[in-house]
Amino acid sequence: MSAQVRPSSQSNGAPIHESGSFAAHMKTLERKIPLHARYGNFIGGEWIAPLKGGYFDNISPTTGQVICQIPRSQAEDVERAIDAAHAAAPKWGRTAVAERARVLNAVADRMEQYLPFLAAVETYDNGKPIRETNLADLPLAVDHFRYFASCVRAQEGSLGELDEDTVAYHYHEPLGVVAQIIPWNFPILMAAWKLAPAIAAGNAVVIKPAEQTPLSLLVLAELIQDIVPPGVLNIVNGFGVEAGKPLASSPRIAKVAFTGETTTGRLIMQYASENIIPVTLELGGKSPNIFFADVMREDDDFADKALEGFAMFALNQGEVCTCPSRALVQKSIYERFMERAIKRVEKIRQADPYEMTTQIGAQASNDQYEKILSYIDIGKKEGAKVLTGGVANKLSGDLSGGFYIKPTVFEGHNKMRIFQEEIFGPVVSVTTFDTPDEALEIANDTLYGLGSGVWTRDINLAYRLGRGIKAGRVWTNCYHAYPAHAAFGGYKKSGIGRETHKMMLDHYQQTKNVLVSYGTKALGFF
Amino acid sequence: MDADRVGVSDAARALIEELKTQHGPIMFHLSGGCCDGSAPMCFQVGEFKLGGVDEKVGEIAGCEFWMDRDQFKRWAHTRWLVDVVPGRGASFSLEAPLNKRFLIRSSLCAM
Repeated sequence: MSAQVRPSSQSNGAPIHESGSFAAHMKTLERKIPLHARYGNFIGGEWIAPLKGGYFDNISPTTGQVICQIPRSQAEDVERAIDAAHAAAPKWGRTAVAERARVLNAVADRMEQYLPFLAAVETYDNGKPIRETNLADLPLAVDHFRYFASCVRAQEGSLGELDEDTVAYHYHEPLGVVAQIIPWNFPILMAAWKLAPAIAAGNAVVIKPAEQTPLSLLVLAELIQDIVPPGVLNIVNGFGVEAGKPLASSPRIAKVAFTGETTTGRLIMQYASENIIPVTLELGGKSPNIFFADVMREDDDFADKALEGFAMFALNQGEVCTCPSRALVQKSIYERFMERAIKRVEKIRQADPYEMTTQIGAQASNDQYEKILSYIDIGKKEGAKVLTGGVANKLSGDLSGGFYIKPTVFEGHNKMRIFQEEIFGPVVSVTTFDTPDEALEIANDTLYGLGSGVWTRDINLAYRLGRGIKAGRVWTNCYHAYPAHAAFGGYKKSGIGRETHKMMLDHYQQTKNVLVSYGTKALGFF
Repeated sequence: MDADRVGVSDAARALIEELKTQHGPIMFHLSGGCCDGSAPMCFQVGEFKLGGVDEKVGEIAGCEFWMDRDQFKRWAHTRWLVDVVPGRGASFSLEAPLNKRFLIRSSLCAM
């Protein structure tokens, strides 16, 4: 860490990071860097204190305890970051794709070297289990940088031979300086989804992490600050209204990318409309997971896989935009299927997030925890039946202050609020259907269209459902896979744009057409 | 508009008064979607541009409460109490810097 950051003790004077499950886990790791009591913003390759000096406390949802202080940035800090990005963008945009790809690959290599450490920090900051950060979040993020390194190397412009003497050349050019506002459910992975294509495409970025989970991206920046040229990556922290708004509404940015919810999505579009710049938005969903009767035709590996597919609603504590939070089960197997599905859910181990056997951890924040409990409450009031869970979970020791909720299965119907709103918790609402047409009707009876799942042994049925569901992704006989090179994005109110695919480069590039005449004769018009 | 649809807790009312002192006239728009969705977002009046898709569903502590009309159809069988909890969410809502977050608690409309 450069000299601009002055680690300082917590306001209560207690040493941080030295006791509890996190500290014990960190002792097992070989390659790591110190965490600081206070972080700066990462601007122009340097660690800069917020210009007005404000900070806020960052809380670990695993314990409810303060773990560090984060800049409470204001418009001046955002301006400084945009200045730094503008200073870097022209040179980075002209940098050869081979060099840009080398930088991305070097970032991936460094992340991989420190993977268990970054995973531990991510768990500390977000609350998700260490199993997940080690096996999913971080490996996927590493691969994402490598994927876009290769995409940009392989990207080609085009030429159209319009006639014997006239050629239309199409070049990809970076947009310049782009703004990114990312969510708290996969802090490093969502940063990777946005940073990798933007930086690969030759842009300089100003990114604002979510205020619940700002730590891990700052730790990552510290690890890669010697790799990424100064000003190409700038991180400004703070609250939406104080730092997010000046960033998203700045006339000096060329694009905004946002993941979050619909009202803020509209606000971001509104700011973008004033500046006439593009946006990409990912605003969540209420994803249906459809189980046809034939999954239970045999008691085999496939049936087991489908039952695991049902339990996927609990992955990441349900804090996934594509959480399969509506399960549609064909009536003829409902009893048999649910009996086994509930047993499967009740086996989910919610415990110390730093134990490798823990399957779900803490919700990311107190307000999220409260919101989920309020949804469980309205579900009960609406008359939905709790098949399992339906309550908070109190863990012991230093985890007793954490935000834990038991995996919950409701039985009800699609008009209930718990079937229509993304709860963003480990809660699934189950209903039944008779025919494929009815399944499709229920699946599409939602304002959103991000993810969905179809489980059947009948490939023709799977195909028809896959094409009929109005959602950007239809997982077919699988769920919650997020590989690079499979496009991810929403229909309907779930947003605009497709991430995790080379087509995302286009969302960070201009098209330059150079129209050339190689003819030497006048047209004869004048 | 059903005058009783949206209520407000004492704690939320106090916070609204504090925000009015700080920011002047404010309003609410109920969000949907993921992350901090399904939660009331509080803005200065005029900051968030309302459109034909929005419906005014109530008033709390002298502030208009709006939401998307299609979303409202799916919430119409419930009534809501705007409450406040410790936290900050991740949104552009005005209360976040105070480490507080507005939250909806719901009950069923009388049949």
